[in-house]
Amino acid sequence: MKRFDYIRPVSVDDAVAAFRPGAAYLGGGTNLLDLMKIGVIQPDTLIDLGRIAELGPIEMLPGGGARVGALVRNSDLAYDRAFAAAFPMVAEAILAGASGQLRNAATVGGNLMQKTRCAYFQDPHSACNRREPGSGCAARGGDNANLAVLGWSDACIATNPSDMCVPLAALGAVVEVQGPAGKRDIPIADFHQLPGDQPETETALQPGELVIAIRLPTEAADFARNARYLKVRERTSFAFALVSVAAALKLDGQKIIAARIALGAVAAKPWRVTAAEDLLVGQAPTEEAFARAADALLEGARASGDNGYKIELARRAVIRALQMSAAGTPKRMPALPASPFGDVAEEHSHV
Amino acid sequence: MSDPVTMPIRFGSNSGQSVTRRDGVAKVTGRATYAADNHPDGMLYAVFAPATIARGRVTHLDTAAAKAHPGVVEVFTPQNRPPVVGDPDKKPFMFAIPLELLQDDTVRYAMQPIALVIGETLEAATEGARLLNPQYAAETPRTGMDAEAAKPAPSGPFGRPAEVVHGDTAAGLAKAVETLDVTYDTPAQYHNAMEPHAIVAKWDGDRLEIDTPNQAIVLSRAFYAYYLGIPADHILIRSPYLGGGFGSKAVPYSPLVLTIAAARVLDRPLKLVLSRSQMFGPVGHRGATRQRLRIGIDDQAQMTALDHVATAIVDSFDSSFPEPAAGASQGLYAASALRSALMVVHNDIGVPGAMRAPGEASGSAALECAIDEMAEKAGIDPLEFRLKNYADIEPGTGKPYSSKALRECYAKGAQRFGWAGRPLAPRQMVDENGFLTGWGMGTALFGAPMFAAQARAVLRPDGTGLVETAAADMGQGAWTALAQIAADSLGLPLDKVEFRSGSSDLPDGGVAGGSGHTATAGGALHAAGTDAIRRLGELAAADPASPLFGTGNQGFIPRDGRLYAARDESRSEAYADIIARAGGEAIEGKGSASRPPEDAGRYAMYSHGAVFAEVKIDPVLFQMRVTRLVGAFAAGRIINPKLAESQLMGGMIWGISFALHEEARFDKRTGRIMNSDLAGYHIPVNADVRGLEVMTVHEDDPHVNPLGIKGVGEIGVTGTVGAIGNAIWHATGRRIRHFPIRIEDLLAQD
Ligand SMILES: Cc1cc2nc3c(=O)[nH]c(=O)nc-3n(C[C@H](O)[C@H](O)[C@H](O)COP(=O)(O)OP(=O)(O)OC[C@H]3O[C@@H](n4cnc5c(N)ncnc54)[C@H](O)[C@@H]3O)c2cc1C
Ligand code: SF4
Repeated sequence: MKRFDYIRPVSVDDAVAAFRPGAAYLGGGTNLLDLMKIGVIQPDTLIDLGRIAELGPIEMLPGGGARVGALVRNSDLAYDRAFAAAFPMVAEAILAGASGQLRNAATVGGNLMQKTRCAYFQDPHSACNRREPGSGCAARGGDNANLAVLGWSDACIATNPSDMCVPLAALGAVVEVQGPAGKRDIPIADFHQLPGDQPETETALQPGELVIAIRLPTEAADFARNARYLKVRERTSFAFALVSVAAALKLDGQKIIAARIALGAVAAKPWRVTAAEDLLVGQAPTEEAFARAADALLEGARASGDNGYKIELARRAVIRALQMSAAGTPKRMPALPASPFGDVAEEHSHV
Repeated sequence: MSDPVTMPIRFGSNSGQSVTRRDGVAKVTGRATYAADNHPDGMLYAVFAPATIARGRVTHLDTAAAKAHPGVVEVFTPQNRPPVVGDPDKKPFMFAIPLELLQDDTVRYAMQPIALVIGETLEAATEGARLLNPQYAAETPRTGMDAEAAKPAPSGPFGRPAEVVHGDTAAGLAKAVETLDVTYDTPAQYHNAMEPHAIVAKWDGDRLEIDTPNQAIVLSRAFYAYYLGIPADHILIRSPYLGGGFGSKAVPYSPLVLTIAAARVLDRPLKLVLSRSQMFGPVGHRGATRQRLRIGIDDQAQMTALDHVATAIVDSFDSSFPEPAAGASQGLYAASALRSALMVVHNDIGVPGAMRAPGEASGSAALECAIDEMAEKAGIDPLEFRLKNYADIEPGTGKPYSSKALRECYAKGAQRFGWAGRPLAPRQMVDENGFLTGWGMGTALFGAPMFAAQARAVLRPDGTGLVETAAADMGQGAWTALAQIAADSLGLPLDKVEFRSGSSDLPDGGVAGGSGHTATAGGALHAAGTDAIRRLGELAAADPASPLFGTGNQGFIPRDGRLYAARDESRSEAYADIIARAGGEAIEGKGSASRPPEDAGRYAMYSHGAVFAEVKIDPVLFQMRVTRLVGAFAAGRIINPKLAESQLMGGMIWGISFALHEEARFDKRTGRIMNSDLAGYHIPVNADVRGLEVMTVHEDDPHVNPLGIKGVGEIGVTGTVGAIGNAIWHATGRRIRHFPIRIEDLLAQD
């Protein structure tokens, strides 16, 4: 691996001050270090955020929201009782991702910023517009069975692989960032970018900006009683999603008052369409209503390669996830979080 | 020399016991040193630069940039390749493959070594290799089954014929009342042992010491001697522990030989450890297959023909190892006509090799699914169908089986699983959670070969034992099971026997492969121990001061460090006393084991088993899970039930992997594998393995070898893949005729 400088600031201000082009912020390193080892990312300076105490806490806000520091470990967030009770589908999504060891190392900021798993992005010897603007997209016509069916462009068909970001998108989280120009808030819907003709621009972060926290708004906690994450994958655990869904309902008896739905693994960002959610308002939680919402959410979906099956799979998963959330958030975290097999009683915890 | 009465092999108190693996504590506490744990003084690090195209020539390497990187010591390319003596393009021995030792600039597969960079640190060498930034004159690679028209294979691997015909399958199919004609595809798979290939090479003049995981230590020593042009006894290979081998660590591969040659030039010890992605190319793999199976049955549902043609993807420059999948149809079902044939399609890939149950795994996957399809057509329960076609003598050859408790396996497995009452039609069972539930089965079959091994056994003056053979423990438990056999032959408790193994200066333990290691190395150890006891007995019988004086014609029973007269157990003496009176010299026995060709020709020798699988499938999303897997196996004498069951379980988990997960995904345009890491190359995780049960059925087999040992290392994979595929059909009504079976496949047919 290329030689680099390593610095360990103790405040966000120092971290930002240390930044110059070619530097990279380091969270848990579970994504960045892998990519450095294979030569995909080659920073000349690593700014390790690990000693910055102010990035640490999980705060439950008065009124029902929450603020989570960028350095909070994925596991710590998922197992925080108050947080998991208020935002169960965020906890479920986190526990459905990666493995125990990785979640213990991975940070919230790093999860939000993780790179696509597109095999060609991860291979310095392939053309990739995202990694090397203008070089082409080797995934088109290549091994693309798990790439995007929504929001892709001719320049890039990659997906965002994060589980955690899907319920965050459904719940309208806000990303707090700080950079050379100070602090600002970015709604999560605007945070991850669709590729367009500039796939190298992955997020709304400006150079030198770093994520300092995510905030869940007060109304996000209103969905706690009916909120599920569903992840369809090729093995029971430790696999990225083929499609995933965060689905949450606010019910008044048999009537839906509000709905939140986001799809994961289908686009370069968690896919949320508020018009699809609106279709459910005032409806009874029936399969027909859910199917209409699913169709609206997937409007415009089209295969970018050998991945057309993901459209039908996503449609089915949306309906199922809405059914699961209508049935109510389980009292205990399922032994297999977010799995179609998750609610089977005799199962031991596997995560 | 007296001639002891020939007696049946006796087993002492060690064999048959579930002794916990003797190396277990060392392994879990990190005290077991694997090859890469060695750091001789002055050692440098070697990293090879892999080709990033699959076919063509290297036109430029930026050696200047690599050499300029701090810590890079040397860069070897075809211009300054480290010399070897043996021709890398020749195949000096069976199992050898042509090597890439920088002899030219040709690229014949992706991940081929095209340069070797030496650094003071691993990081420096790694960065040096990256900086070489190779340029190529690339040619369009041949990738996949359709790259060219399939041709008949000139021969199968292991010197076996490419085609075996018994009877007239065309006629058998013509007269059948019902026929089946189906094609199954299996993917390329890569061994991916947890421990990657690794070597630490240290020269001293023209003497060489290497630490490297190896499944065939003494054989490999001869390979290395050939390439390096030094006598074999100048080479010491240490391989005490292997973190898995699965067939890929039996012979030296290019990166390893290259490292040794470079160490010689530099006159510094060198270490090379393959990265995970480098495991996908130069160190063997299981080749992809397309298998056509045609089966005919008569009105009694008995097979009139079984015709199995497997087309295997092989490399373009050696082609010696077409995955011999069609062979799985020989030896199992009583078809009146039987043909298996092997075809090849050439691709620009590394040379395929033996990977756990080579041929049998892929072949059994297709065969057992086809059998299920035939049973379905006949309207008969798949177990009953298999019993109707049960072979009491080997089909085709007519040879008797040396032993075959398959009926018992079927019965025991079916009973334990609760197979009775299974609905014949698919998609009949839904569990309380709404999951589609299916039950499937498969027959497991694997040959029971023996190789050749030697061993030495010593009775020390204090009455304890020392036994030696260069065996290989890949995790299967050779350190333990072989010691149990040796201790029995010496009539000593396990803790009174020192076992030396895993080093090439010991007698040849043969290859740990083909599921024949326990039988072969164990046989040699037992013979050596028996020889030592015989010599001890001679001393005692000739010594007037011994209670055993004059009992030489009876033979002796060794037990717990004492020798007993065979027909008068009141007469006995401790080993130490016999040796002391005879002058206190240790007593040495020698032994060897191999199967006499006459025996091999007389009997058909196999391990057998029956595997039953239950799957549950989400009826809408089609995510799948194997929820129960029950295997009953008959594999001769089981030396250590705990270890044997672990082996069988491991094989069955491999079967889950084959059925649902494992697959190298090639980019068809470039011939490169796009999932060459363990995030992308899926194998089952804990949550994928539930309800796994293994049972063994005892067999007394006097013919396989004097100890009656067959093998358990590979058979677990066979049968299991088909059982899972069949269970998926039973749950859904859908036949997916390729592996791995994915959600997408079931969704597409919904
Ligand atoms: C084998 C494997 C399987 C996985 N499976 C899953 C899965 O199923 N689901 C899933 O969601 N994820 C999965 N992951 C990804 C995992 O979630 C991410 O690697 C992890 O969340 C990244 O967090 P980190 O703190 O380690 O980030 P790092 O590796 O430290 O950083 C990742 C990126 O974020 C940047 N960064 C880090 N912190 C900040 C910050 N505060 N501000 C700005 N930029 C920052 C870094 O510069 C880098 O570009 C898997 C990973 C592996 C290796
Ligand atoms: S899909 Fe995007 S990330 Fe993948 S190769 Fe194409 S441009 Fe690169």
